[in-house]
Formats: sequence, C-alpha cells, structure tokens
Amino acid sequence: MNFLVAAWEWLADPVNASGPSGWGARTVEHLWYTALATVIACLIGIPLGYAVGHSHRFRTFIVSSTGAARALPTLGVVTLFGLLLGIGLEAPMLAFVLLALPSVLAGAYAGVEGAPRDAVDAARAMGMTEWQILFRVEAPLGMPLLLGGIRSATLQVLATATLAAYVGAGGLGRFLFLGLKTQNYAMMLASSLVVVGLAIAVDLAFEIVDRLVRRSFPTGVGAAV
Amino acid sequence: MIEFRNVSKSYDDGTLAVSDLSLIAASHEITVLVGSSGCGKTTLLRMVNRLVTPTSGQVLIDDVDVADRNPVELRRSIGYVMQNSGLLPHRTTVDNIATVPVLQGTPAREARQRAVDLMETVGLDPSMARRYPWQLSGGQQQRVGVARGLAADPNILLMDEPFGAVDPIVRADLQRELLRIQGELGKTILFVTHDIAEAITLGDKIVIVATGGRIAQQGTPEEIMADPADDFVTSFLGLDEARALHVSGRLVVDPTGRPVGRLA
Ligand SMILES: Nc1ncnc2c1ncn2[C@@H]1O[C@H](COP(=O)(O)OP(=O)(O)O)[C@@H](O)[C@H]1O
Ligand SMILES: [Mg+2]
Repeated sequence: MNFLVAAWEWLADPVNASGPSGWGARTVEHLWYTALATVIACLIGIPLGYAVGHSHRFRTFIVSSTGAARALPTLGVVTLFGLLLGIGLEAPMLAFVLLALPSVLAGAYAGVEGAPRDAVDAARAMGMTEWQILFRVEAPLGMPLLLGGIRSATLQVLATATLAAYVGAGGLGRFLFLGLKTQNYAMMLASSLVVVGLAIAVDLAFEIVDRLVRRSFPTGVGAAV
Repeated sequence: MIEFRNVSKSYDDGTLAVSDLSLIAASHEITVLVGSSGCGKTTLLRMVNRLVTPTSGQVLIDDVDVADRNPVELRRSIGYVMQNSGLLPHRTTVDNIATVPVLQGTPAREARQRAVDLMETVGLDPSMARRYPWQLSGGQQQRVGVARGLAADPNILLMDEPFGAVDPIVRADLQRELLRIQGELGKTILFVTHDIAEAITLGDKIVIVATGGRIAQQGTPEEIMADPADDFVTSFLGLDEARALHVSGRLVVDPTGRPVGRLA
C-alpha cells in the first residue's frame, strides 16, 4: 500500500507531471510512438494481408513468417537494432513495427480470406473486377477481424513502447529505467500505472469503434454500396 | 442463342467434368440441364459467363465466342442466380438487387427505385427492402437472388439449382413465379437442376446430362418422357419397371403398393 500511495503522490506532484520531461509529455510521446508504429504496421500489413487473402496464395509463407516474428524477443530486437542504428527512435520504432506487424497482417489476411465463398463467387459472377471484389465485398466483410488485429497490435506496442527509453528515446519507459537505476520504486510503479491506464483506455476506445461498426452494419462490416 | 461447340473441361486435378459436349439453347426459352450431382452441370453453366474456361471447344452467344469478350462486361450482361443465393451479407435487399446496375454506373437512387420495382416482380413485400440477407427466409433470399439476376435486364439468365435449398412448397411457388416472369420477359434461360420433376415443370427443352458431362438425351419434356433414349434415361425419369406406377381405385401406387398420388 505504501508504494501505491507513494506512486500516487509522485504522479500528483506538478514537478513530475509537467514540463517537457514530465509524465504528461512522456505520455503523449508514448502514445505517439504507439500510433506511429501501428500505422506503419498497417501500411505494410494491410496491403500484404489483403493480397494474400484475396489471391489465396503464399498463405503458408504468411502463416510461418508471422509465427516467427511473434517468437522474436522484443528487447533483443531493440538491442540489436540499437547496436546497428545507434541511439534514437529508429531502432525501437523498427522493433515495434515488427511487433505490431503479425497481428495486423493476420487480421487483414483472415478477414479477407474468411469472406463467405458464395458471396465472393456471386460478386465475380455479377461482373465485379478483382479490385471491386476486394474492396466492396471481402474488405468490408473482413473489417471486424482487421479491427481486432489492429487492436491487439496497438495494445502490444503500447505495453512494449517502454523499451524505447532503453536505447535513449522517450516515452513512459524513461521513468521505468530511471527509477530502476536510482531505486525510485514509486516512480517506476507510477509510470507502470500510467501505461496500464493507457492500455485500458485504448482498449475501451477500440471496443466502442468495434460496436459502432457492428451496429451500423449488422453483419459487422464497414461500407455500403 | 447459346451454343456449346465440342466443349470439354478437365480440371487441374485431372477430373474430366465435361467431355466433347455440343448443345444449343434457343433464345427466349428455358433450357434445363438436369443430371445427378457431379455430372458437370455447374461447370457447363459457368462456361457461359467465363467463370470456367473450357479446356477445348467454344461457347458462343449469338455466334460470338465468349472467349473474345471482356469477362467483366460479359458477366454484367448475364444474370446469374445460384443455389445458396450468394447474397452479399453486408448489403440490404435493395442494395443487393441494385449491385449490377450500380456497377454499370446507374445512379444509386435510380438503381434502388428499380430494385424496389423488381421486388414486386418476384413477389417480395416492399417491407423487406431494408433487411439484410440473414433476416430473410430461404425462399425470400432466393427471390432476392432472382431479382438481382434480372436487375440489369440481361438477355440471358443462368440459374444454378436456384430452388434446390428450399422446401417443396416454397419451391413449387418459386417455380410458378419463374414461369410467370418468363411469360412476361421471355429471357434466354439456362437452368440447372438435379430434380427431374423440376426440369419437366420448367423446361421448354430438357437436356439430360450423364456423368462426365455427356448428353444422354435432349428434347421437349414430352419427347423425352414418351421415348427415353436408353436405360439410363429411363431410370433417371423414374420410368423403369422397379418404379412403375399403377392405379388402385382412386390412388396411384408404386410397385410395393405405397400410395404416391391420387387421380383428379
Ligand atoms: N474447381 C474444381 N476443381 C476440380 N474439380 C472440380 C472443380 N469443380 C468441379 N469439379 C469436379 O468436376 C465434376 C463436375 O462438377 P460440377 O460441374 O460442379 O457438377 P454438378 O454441378 O453437376 O454437380 C465433379 O466431379 C467435381 O468434383
Ligand atoms: Mg452444381
């Protein structure tokens, strides 16, 4: 309990909260890293997942490579890239993208691949082009699965983004590593609590988006005609 | 007019689905392809709109080889109705029906208005317009499928066991409606079924397909019933001795004495 009180007091202290290296600014930074890594993972993962899901080709490649990527220890990857690329944001960002990619890829792929065969067949028989089949049938029907993939990717990165501080970048990890070095456990606990709070808030936001999507399109999809 | 000229199809795994089949389906008529499951009916049907490419031979529509036509345009010009309706689960009834006209560039409002008119044509209550496919019964889904096939006013309608998954009463209803619609519109319809009774009900011409995509016999229902070409056809029509029917009083009974019908 003492630690919790101490952590709370640490958070409440304006000296810790404000300014460019206060936990407020670090929180924004942390969210920014998370968003950036997720968006980059989406830019790579969605087209790739759609291509594979639509064509039904290279499926084993995707499954095995995402499996392999998931098995990578992120701290090791951050360290490795840090050694290669030096201090800064590039190394952790690369590692976070690598962390987010499997979930996004799997969501995009599974959503498109799982669209009912009958509907896809009918779409083709009616004279939709392959692009139209992808964007008007498969992608809308796969939206809930894609959203689920992005959601878990975001949460994974959010939790792992603390490692950015390990190679000199910012984010809430700053307080974790600083606290570890100076044995300031209140500071460590406080910053962990902020990360947990962020994760809950972000998950809730995704839940709301998910419900909106499913409600406006009862089969759980994104677009009409 | 749809003409199959010496078409064969063997799939990649070596299955010979159709072998050297020639057939003409006349304009403004219903030609029914009937045969047991796996005999190549769907394969034949899908050659017409290029969903299947024949291994050899040609399919011609009004003397033009479909292989020379752009597949997307070709498909938009041909109605297609399939067994499990194939409706797009994320679109309402009207939007499903309006799919092809919208693809062809008809303004959405106009296409939807026409979709509502078509709902009436196929006997669907207008209150179904905003429903999603999963909110409709099997029979209603098939009606939507038929309306969708008609939406772009195609000359040709391909129907692949469209009434195969509904109960017999609804099926009879749908068959009647199809005949009524055909009486008004006079489309060239290629209709696939495994049900000989359905073939006799609907067909101006019936083509009995045997396993391996070979024609066992073709002709009007009367011609085929009166003069089955061989034992296979006889048995397919249910005319073999083992199933010969007799009249017993006012009842029609099968060889074991079970009643199968009643004289009018
Ligand atoms: N895409 C395919 N690949 C391999 N074999 C197929 C394919 N489609 C159909 N077949 C085979 O070709 C034969 C004819 O199939 P089909 O045309 O669907 O028959 P039907 O519609 O009369 O039931 C069957 O033996 C079936 O298994
Ligand atoms: Mg079939």
